[in-house]
Amino acid sequence: MIRKLFPHPYLSATLVLTWCALMNSFGAGALMLGGILAVIIPLLTAPYWPEHPALRHPLRLFFYVLLVVWDVIVSSVDVAAIILFKPAAKIRSAWICVPIDLPSPEAQALLAGTITMTPGTLTADFAADGKSLLIHSLHAPDPDAVRDQIKTRYEARLKRIFA
Amino acid sequence: MNMAIEIFVSALLVIGGAFGLIGSYGLLKLREPMQRLHAPTKATTIGVGSALIASSLDTLLISGHATWQELMVSVFLFITAPLSALYLAKSHIVETVDRSILPPTATEAPWAELRRAPKDVPSEQMRVE
Amino acid sequence: MLDYALTFAITCFAVALLLNMWRLATAPTIPDRILAVDTMVVNVIALIVLYSVLTGKELNFEAAMLFSMTGFMSTVAFCKYLLRRGIIE
Repeated sequence: MIRKLFPHPYLSATLVLTWCALMNSFGAGALMLGGILAVIIPLLTAPYWPEHPALRHPLRLFFYVLLVVWDVIVSSVDVAAIILFKPAAKIRSAWICVPIDLPSPEAQALLAGTITMTPGTLTADFAADGKSLLIHSLHAPDPDAVRDQIKTRYEARLKRIFA
Repeated sequence: MNMAIEIFVSALLVIGGAFGLIGSYGLLKLREPMQRLHAPTKATTIGVGSALIASSLDTLLISGHATWQELMVSVFLFITAPLSALYLAKSHIVETVDRSILPPTATEAPWAELRRAPKDVPSEQMRVE
Repeated sequence: MLDYALTFAITCFAVALLLNMWRLATAPTIPDRILAVDTMVVNVIALIVLYSVLTGKELNFEAAMLFSMTGFMSTVAFCKYLLRRGIIE
């Protein structure tokens, strides 16, 4: 019963929080309307999202988000320095193929988004079977190091979260 | 306390403005089309993000309670930036990038955007010189 | 001090908007133009928010939110058109 009413509990919780933040109030009215939306929207969109991703460690996901936010700040300074101080002829861009082995589409999408927002790299495409990502790196003298960093820093953590 | 917040907000505003300007400058400076994608996705997003947080803290300074709406706008921008970058990169791959320099995939499956048959419109017609 | 920082930030984003318009006029490829429009949208959101800080009103939040949504949607729709010659699959 509860499973039928809330096919995606995390989505419902996010919807309530988003609605309250948009209304800028956590009063009874906003909470109630948010609760109604949190029931209706997951039910309407359930046919498009049939599987239930196994999120074993929500707390680890929180720390992962903190790590990514920190990396976004560092990477912006990196990119800004490259734009400002590196002559255009000296920038060594590279295409890199990163083989990935993640269990669910949600984890793959999260990894692709993380790569785009972090140091000098950008997800450009993925393989038709979802087993490799095509990365474009703004300045990569050593493409193998970039690949290793993605695999150890982000993919390993995501694997543990969605294990 | 108020003084500290004011200094913090001012710093955020200066940093945000600088990053926004750098992002747009990078759009003009970088040579290759794919390189130009990097500037707005990172620099401009962080610039606007810090401007939004500064605005939220400024409301806290004036009226004594924080607003969550600016936070929602910046979260929305952070979620959508990788998606628009992915779509722009895909259209670059189809329109402008020399496909022979792309690395092969790890398995036999091809890259998703190159799997389709060649389009009926030749890509030369899409270029604007 | 806050006023000086605010003026600096608004000037920066306004100049960035001008640079984007220059890019839009002189872009070598179609995806570059879409990218220029996308960056313009983000810079305009920053200007809207900074303007509401300048005037001290809270009215402009909806404008920023709606603008960010339509900007994202238009970027994706343009790219989808380039990729598939159609927007709805």
